[in-house]
Amino acid sequence: MAEQVALQQKKELNPAQERTEAGRFFSPYTDIHETAAAVVVTVEMPGVDKTAVDILVEKGVLTIKGTVDAGKYESLRPIYSEYNIGNFVRTFTVSTKIDSGAISASMVDGVLTVTLPKAAEAVAKRITVN
Amino acid sequence: MVIRMRDPFATLASVQRAMDSVMGGDWLGTRTAGGGAYPPVSVFNDGEDFVVVAELAGVRKEDLDVQVRGDTLRIKGKKSVAYEDKASVHRREREAGEFDRTLTLPAQLDAAKVAAEYRDGVLTVRLPRAESERPRTVAINA
Repeated sequence: MAEQVALQQKKELNPAQERTEAGRFFSPYTDIHETAAAVVVTVEMPGVDKTAVDILVEKGVLTIKGTVDAGKYESLRPIYSEYNIGNFVRTFTVSTKIDSGAISASMVDGVLTVTLPKAAEAVAKRITVN
Repeated sequence: MVIRMRDPFATLASVQRAMDSVMGGDWLGTRTAGGGAYPPVSVFNDGEDFVVVAELAGVRKEDLDVQVRGDTLRIKGKKSVAYEDKASVHRREREAGEFDRTLTLPAQLDAAKVAAEYRDGVLTVRLPRAESERPRTVAINA
């Protein structure tokens, strides 16, 4: 059998600023990879609808927030739980070499992909020797 | 305990409290069988039915296999994390691989009426009890 998925416990957020909203926040598991044209941030936010995602770039800080819909658990009585649910928040400092006007995002199966295109001057140019 | 809606912002907090109170409980106890600790599950009661919820962000619906037999629920599948070619990875926290988990519930299930829904990376399986497990009202003769 192929390698099994390792169990990851959800990391609860321990923010620098305290929040006024009720409920707990979790820090989503995130991958960041870079291609020639863009930096791609992939964030796991299970239970978050694409309309409940808030992506904000302000003063070079990218904030990703996902709100879960707790309504579906309303009439249910928990009898056993191995994890808790909550909203997701995570912030990243974005390099100035990012074209912040062209950031795009998509959401599939609870995974948010944010593409941060590099600004034109930051894309490497190969110079041919004559 | 029933979670009641007072205002939309309090719902999440009360759900979290309710889930916390049963966190790591021994309700399933030694009943989980089969390999693996992934995916973590939560089990709820909705009247007579069981509702099993698992967070599986990044797993495609086609890669999920849910089976019910007798009193057991099996969730298996695979999760893949792929990058484009020629990408340099700065941060890698997401896990990939296969999983296969079997839960034994404390009642026989009505396999024909089991309904599973997968949305936004959350699998919700509604498991009605088998007819033979439902309480029967006994008529009392005078």
